[in-house]
Amino acid sequence: MTAQPKDIATYNFAYLDEQTKRMIRRAILKGIAIPGYQVPFASREMPMPYGWGTGGVQVTASIIGPGDVLKVIDQGADDTTNAVSIRAFFKKVANVAVTTDTASATIIQTRHRIPEHPLTAGQVLVYQVPIPEPLRFLEPRETETRKMHALEEYGLMHVKLYEDIAKHGRIATTYAYPVKVEGRYVMDPSPTPKFDNPKMHRSPALQLFGAGREKRIYAVPPFTEVVSLDFEDHPFEVQTFDQPCALCAAENVYLDEVILDDHGGHMFVCSDTDHCEKRRNAPTSPLWGGRAEGAGGGLDQSTPHSTPTPALRADPPHKGEGKEKQ
Amino acid sequence: MPTPLVVSDVAKSFTMHLRDGIKLPVISGVSFSIRAGECTVLGGPSGAGKSSILKMLYGNYAVDEGQIIVTHDDGLIDLATASPRTVLAIRRQTIGYVSQFLRTVPRVSALDVVAEPLVERGEDREIARGKARALLAQLNLPERLWALPPATFSGGEQQRVNIARGFITEHPILLLDEPTASLDARNRDVVIELIAAKKAAGVALLGIFHDHDVREAVADRIIDVTAFAPGKIAA
Amino acid sequence: MTDEPLLRVSALSKFYGSRVGCDNVSFDLWPGEVLAVVGESGSGKTTLLNCLSTRLLPSSGTASYRMRDGQFRELYRMSEAERRFLMRTDWGFVHQNPADGLRMTVSAGANVGERLMAVGDRHYGKIRATAVDWLSRVEIDEDRIDDEPRAFSGGMRQRLQIARNLVTGPRLVFMDEPTGGLDVSVQARLLDLLRGLVTDLGLAAIVVTHDLAVARLLSQRMMVMKDGRVVESGLTDRVLDDPRAPYTQLLVSSILQV
Repeated sequence: MTAQPKDIATYNFAYLDEQTKRMIRRAILKGIAIPGYQVPFASREMPMPYGWGTGGVQVTASIIGPGDVLKVIDQGADDTTNAVSIRAFFKKVANVAVTTDTASATIIQTRHRIPEHPLTAGQVLVYQVPIPEPLRFLEPRETETRKMHALEEYGLMHVKLYEDIAKHGRIATTYAYPVKVEGRYVMDPSPTPKFDNPKMHRSPALQLFGAGREKRIYAVPPFTEVVSLDFEDHPFEVQTFDQPCALCAAENVYLDEVILDDHGGHMFVCSDTDHCEKRRNAPTSPLWGGRAEGAGGGLDQSTPHSTPTPALRADPPHKGEGKEKQ
Repeated sequence: MPTPLVVSDVAKSFTMHLRDGIKLPVISGVSFSIRAGECTVLGGPSGAGKSSILKMLYGNYAVDEGQIIVTHDDGLIDLATASPRTVLAIRRQTIGYVSQFLRTVPRVSALDVVAEPLVERGEDREIARGKARALLAQLNLPERLWALPPATFSGGEQQRVNIARGFITEHPILLLDEPTASLDARNRDVVIELIAAKKAAGVALLGIFHDHDVREAVADRIIDVTAFAPGKIAA
Repeated sequence: MTDEPLLRVSALSKFYGSRVGCDNVSFDLWPGEVLAVVGESGSGKTTLLNCLSTRLLPSSGTASYRMRDGQFRELYRMSEAERRFLMRTDWGFVHQNPADGLRMTVSAGANVGERLMAVGDRHYGKIRATAVDWLSRVEIDEDRIDDEPRAFSGGMRQRLQIARNLVTGPRLVFMDEPTGGLDVSVQARLLDLLRGLVTDLGLAAIVVTHDLAVARLLSQRMMVMKDGRVVESGLTDRVLDDPRAPYTQLLVSSILQV
């Protein structure tokens, strides 16, 4: 790193200066030490607007090394603008290897999904977080919400779920579904679909959350208890879909609705593009055969659903957008 | 049986701070006792301080000097210096009071106004209402009025609600401040019957009655309040 | 009836710099007792209420509260977590403006249920049944349970606030001008409701009001405050019918007769 900088990639490894990285790493370590606790940090200006993942990018920049393999997804896809740009950014400023393959990535930066392929020990999942405070829409005062976290006063979180059931007959929150981490802090899992919540529970991977605009970092260390809040008589449930992926016939995965034409034509496909492509490119694998068969009869023997049309906003919350106002 | 109430050397005056602090002596040197099973009547012209004496005995007026010893809860208590909490307990258990006017409470039915003192003493609400119905019927209050709040009742009707409320409990001491003032002859007789029943039950009554006939009918003893006029003591 | 008070207040003072909020206030409050604190605006009654409810820390003096286990605890030595727990379980606070005591953007049912959820109730059906019960006790129709308080009239909001406070069966309720800003007829209904609830539940209450009629109707005992000091105290009817202090006489003589 002593050479004269010729372009931005040689300015400093992974763009951030070393002091900033140390500051962010301290925040990450504190976050890991107190699972689910929001650690304030001095968020920097990044060469992208707030809402485009500045928090996640700063976390990634602080933990990435020359030997890492980076994967970036946006709503599960490797090929959307946000994912492509961030991937290109790190390729340029850190000169690291990049991949779309979940299994071979060491760091996965994500906007609002957890990959379908199970994560393993040693992997790090970095979430981009628009609004880190799960209590924000119930109690707007930051002074008060901090106190509520400190004193473990989380009754209000259930008020939100109560309202859901009162209005919709069930807990209608489908994304950014609040969780309790290691029996202590209530945490916003970022606007991932609640379908992904169970994947957070006792995950072997390290999960880091960065909120750039709100200047907060929090973490779920490997093998940590992550429990979705619910009522005894209205237990937590994930979304189910009444048909498999239209492209790879996968079941029990999260699907996106894709609009095909202007005449109401649409199909449901895997939101995780890497997962979907792998299945399609390996038609002879036992996985493929088994699922294809299952998919054939899957339409008839599908389980009952709480939601007739899957929870699906073709594109859930946008950059910087919070939980929807009820 | 102990004497339920002994008043000794009680004095009362009003200091009117809004009128340069002038002091209006009302009564002084008040000493008497009342006995169980008797109706004692305070006599004397208006303004002699009869009502003030009753109000002091109920803790409604403060006492400047002297003692009011009440047999309460198997002990003797000086009402003149008792704490508010003790006065409340005495009102609940020992001293009942029928005032001249009914202080109405919005939205509470006549029946519940009458039943309330019993409910406050821990009586079941339905049993208390049953007793209230019997008393209101005895006092000839039309049944259609029982479910209405008494605020809009006539003076006589309100007074009967007030009497029923005062007589429903079994306080060993009962203070009566002109309970028959606005009643017709028939209902005056009912009140005389009620008082006779209380006497028979061993209650010590102390009352003010302007109505000569009623006084004649109920009084066992008359205490002339003019004897306690402040000037007399000085003299 | 127990012989020990619920709340013991001794020489409580609160100064704002050199200005007096309340000065040297002492009293005991027993279970089931309603104490009215009256006085004109600026007399220190709200400062006193805020100190007693630990929303404000006094400059000096003590207040101890008999907890459910019978032990007295010094309020100002409790941790904030303990005080807040007390506030949402064993105490209630009824604000003059219902918007200060309610969550205006969540339904009536959730407003009532919040305290239950805060103490760990996690059964939706039971929470809702309790909310229905409490709404009926404060005379709000069951079919309004999913409406937000924003859609309620002032009187209904105030009744909802009362239900929200009483759902955990508190033993002590603080009320700050509970009928302020309401129409006379609405006031009467609310007062009647409060009287009934206080009697039925055996609540102890400290009611701050400038309205002597409210004090007479709700309370057994009364403290009259002026310039931060208690100028007279005693049985409510004694203070109102035989006022002794010059200021109380002025206050009583200022009541409008109807």
